Amino acid sequence: MKLVTAVIQPHRLDDVKAALEAAGVRGMTVSEASGYGRQRGHTEVYRGAEYQVDLIPKVRVEVLVADVDAISVTEAIVKAAQTGKIGDGKVWTVPVEDVARVRTGEHGPDAL
Amino acid sequence: MDLNFGATAWMLTSASLVLLMTPGLALFYGGMSRAKSVLNMMMMSFGTLGVVGVIYVLWGWSMSYGASVGGFFGNPFDQFGLDGAIYDGAGEFLIDGMGVPGIVGVAFQSTFAIITVALVSGALADRVKFGTWLVFAGVWATLSYFPIAHMVWGGGFLSDSEGGLAAMIFGTTDGAATVAPIDFAGGTVVHINAGVAALVLALIIGKRKGFGTEPMRPHNLTLVMLGAALLWFGWFGFNAGSAFTADGAAGLAWVNTTTATAAAMLAWLLVEKIRDGHATSLGAASGIVAGLVAITPAAGSVSPGGSIFLGAIAGVLCALAVGLKYKLGYDDSLDVVGVHLVGGLVGTVLIGFFGTETGLFYGGGAQQLVVQIAIALAAILISGVVTLVIGLALEATLGWRVSEDVEVAGIDVAVHGETAYEALPGTRVRSSDVSTTSAAAGRATTEVNA
Repeated sequence: MKLVTAVIQPHRLDDVKAALEAAGVRGMTVSEASGYGRQRGHTEVYRGAEYQVDLIPKVRVEVLVADVDAISVTEAIVKAAQTGKIGDGKVWTVPVEDVARVRTGEHGPDAL
Repeated sequence: MDLNFGATAWMLTSASLVLLMTPGLALFYGGMSRAKSVLNMMMMSFGTLGVVGVIYVLWGWSMSYGASVGGFFGNPFDQFGLDGAIYDGAGEFLIDGMGVPGIVGVAFQSTFAIITVALVSGALADRVKFGTWLVFAGVWATLSYFPIAHMVWGGGFLSDSEGGLAAMIFGTTDGAATVAPIDFAGGTVVHINAGVAALVLALIIGKRKGFGTEPMRPHNLTLVMLGAALLWFGWFGFNAGSAFTADGAAGLAWVNTTTATAAAMLAWLLVEKIRDGHATSLGAASGIVAGLVAITPAAGSVSPGGSIFLGAIAGVLCALAVGLKYKLGYDDSLDVVGVHLVGGLVGTVLIGFFGTETGLFYGGGAQQLVVQIAIALAAILISGVVTLVIGLALEATLGWRVSEDVEVAGIDVAVHGETAYEALPGTRVRSSDVSTTSAAAGRATTEVNA
């Protein structure tokens, strides 16, 4: 099993969600995040006082998938989240040792 | 004089409008402060409503409009507690020369005293003991606001009185100053007074920890804009109500108030667009207040055309002035100096140019200008000295500042026992503190500390 984590532009979330559903993903966790990559932040000015805002709003999407699906899910996210502009985000995959479904107590791939 | 129902209705409305300005100011200031200290910021305005709302009827009215002591303040024991200010000898309500009951005048004037004191609190964000602020509010109203109101509006030293400053400069005609000072609704009494006090207190109390290095950006600009809107609305009572009746002069003040404010907002935004690249919502809200402040002394004596220039000049100068605190190193947190002192000076002095009856641009010569500058400087001096004495006395006794730990963690929790926004998970009723005790009357009372 793999955990695919994507940090994307907030306004791409709906497209990413639709793409994941189309790819057969039946559940995900979405949370608000903030951060920066190569684009850094932006400048705000209040009554002439400048502030450098480094951390900008992002959305984090986490999906647990079977090993065989990790690449296709990653590609689906990349395709749906891409605008081609700096700040589009990142997607990464890590191995998962075990998963348990709380309702039934199932473990492993059955719990996905 | 018979009761004038129209005038009385308008003055009661105006008093209510001006009272609304103080909660409006709480929103304006609260939005500009940080999330961890917004409640304290708002409570300084509400606390002022409490303190000044009580002392005004005790000795505030007396000291502003009672029998003069040397032209500097009214005798607090003349009409103390409004004794003799409400009814005549026959038990009828006293009616003033405008056909308005005296008690309605008390209502209207009390709201000015409250907002003026509350304005000062903008310099004190994040770091001042609430108790010290409440004591300051009462003492400063007593020693600075009431006396200056007396001097300007109560026939004292800064009015057109025979022994006053203007009479000393250009002499008297028929028992009054030849060139009468003009402060329609409080350029000196309210705005210069509050602005100077804010500057003096900022210097005494010192900077917030991290001033100029840590971000201290406004936490909620929608509150700021709501506050600015309420201030503008309330200001119609402030300025148009200062005609003391419902007539053309009130209408002129209303139009001038709106025109100058609109022009000041545009001017502030233009400065920002040129200097910073963006026209901001904070700039719009700030420009509104700068325009309202500047037109306050002039609302009755300039034309709507003149008020466009007056407002625009105020908008530009105030937008430039709010940056001074970083250069000069005083932490006037929410720019009381840059907006109220500078705006008050702009309005008071520009009457000397734009006043349609006596101004330089209308062929009136320079005498009005000289008198306006003189009363502005006198107000700065009086307010500055009085505030310095009060501020230092409170520093030596009660102390002004909360501890550094409290300031860093946020004054709301430590001083008021509340947080404005954080609904922290894991918050629960402390059941061990739910105690049932029998009160003296035999009824059970329950205390819950959540």
